[in-house]
Amino acid sequence: MSKLNILTKGFFKENPVLVLVLGTCPTLAVTTSVKNALGMGLATTFVLLMSNAIISLLKNVIPDKVRIPSFIVIIATFVSMIDLLIQGFLPSLASSLGIFIPLIVVNCIVLGRAEAFASKNTVGDSILDGIGMGIGFTIALTIIGSVREILGSGSFLDYKFIQGDGILIFVLAPGAFIVFGFTVALVRYLQSKKKAS
Amino acid sequence: MEYILMIIGAVLVNNIILAQFLGICPFLGVSGKVNTALGMGAAVLFVMTLATLVTSCIQAYVLVPLNITFLQTICFILVIAALVQMVEIMLKKISPSLYQALGIFLPLITTNCAVLGVAILVTQKEFSIIQSTVYAISSALGFILAIVIFAGLREQLELVNVPKGMKGVPIALITAGILAMAFMGFANLV
Repeated sequence: MSKLNILTKGFFKENPVLVLVLGTCPTLAVTTSVKNALGMGLATTFVLLMSNAIISLLKNVIPDKVRIPSFIVIIATFVSMIDLLIQGFLPSLASSLGIFIPLIVVNCIVLGRAEAFASKNTVGDSILDGIGMGIGFTIALTIIGSVREILGSGSFLDYKFIQGDGILIFVLAPGAFIVFGFTVALVRYLQSKKKAS
Repeated sequence: MEYILMIIGAVLVNNIILAQFLGICPFLGVSGKVNTALGMGAAVLFVMTLATLVTSCIQAYVLVPLNITFLQTICFILVIAALVQMVEIMLKKISPSLYQALGIFLPLITTNCAVLGVAILVTQKEFSIIQSTVYAISSALGFILAIVIFAGLREQLELVNVPKGMKGVPIALITAGILAMAFMGFANLV
């Protein structure tokens, strides 16, 4: 597999959220606005990149039997780091993402990439894979966040273009499930079209 | 009275799945049949109660006195992972029949964000240990309620002719959205 392919496969073809349907909790919870979606996406990308790099460096040292707990400790270290950094420098983002920053630890995408890719490949490839998957996650969150913010509050990145409220249901819990459902359906439709042609 | 309100609040108003988006993976993954959904729900109830009890004790007697609360995430996830393993080994010895019923669901729970989520939430809300345990039990009951209703709906969905692109996950998510809308009816109950 070429280097470029490793990087870009996470964007659309193997998008962790829209195609593989992993990491659904943050996808539903933090996509009330584009700003939150971007913040969460970038925080997860950082964790993916660092944990993939460290795990592939240590892959020959970690005994096979305790690999999952070891991966979790490595991931949790970077999650704690990004948690403290966001609390320190972006307190408003920290309060709107809330509990979902520490919960990056149990995001299936991060552990999934560690187990499926970083523990078997070289450091360079693992870093590319981490960045690619992170960007794919960010793209998916931003798409869903944009739809929800535009329909739900009539704004984009806090820039309001209608007066009053939008269709409030899209910012609330049901809107998250419905927008996510339709986005996955659209991606599947586009994929089946591509396959047919 | 305080506890009754807390239970109603956690089960119906702030349902852990439909309002707080914790534990969506098992909610989508093991909701094909009502029986498996009940098994998963029972395993979550068991582990969540035990994990929250242990982590809130650790928070109160270890992390806060030593002033190392920044280690919370690492510490909690390790405790939960170890606890799940221990519960699995113990169940195998003590009650093989219960182990048979819950067996396959237990390893999945380590990566269930609802367990870690509730453990962190109760420390943020600054609950006492008893309050934390009651909150964990009622959150797990909310989990069971949502996943069992959803499994019932999905059993019916199997028989319905949905458009090709919507089959599977998309229609399940939209159904969950409508279910979340129904739960919004409880919004001002507490």
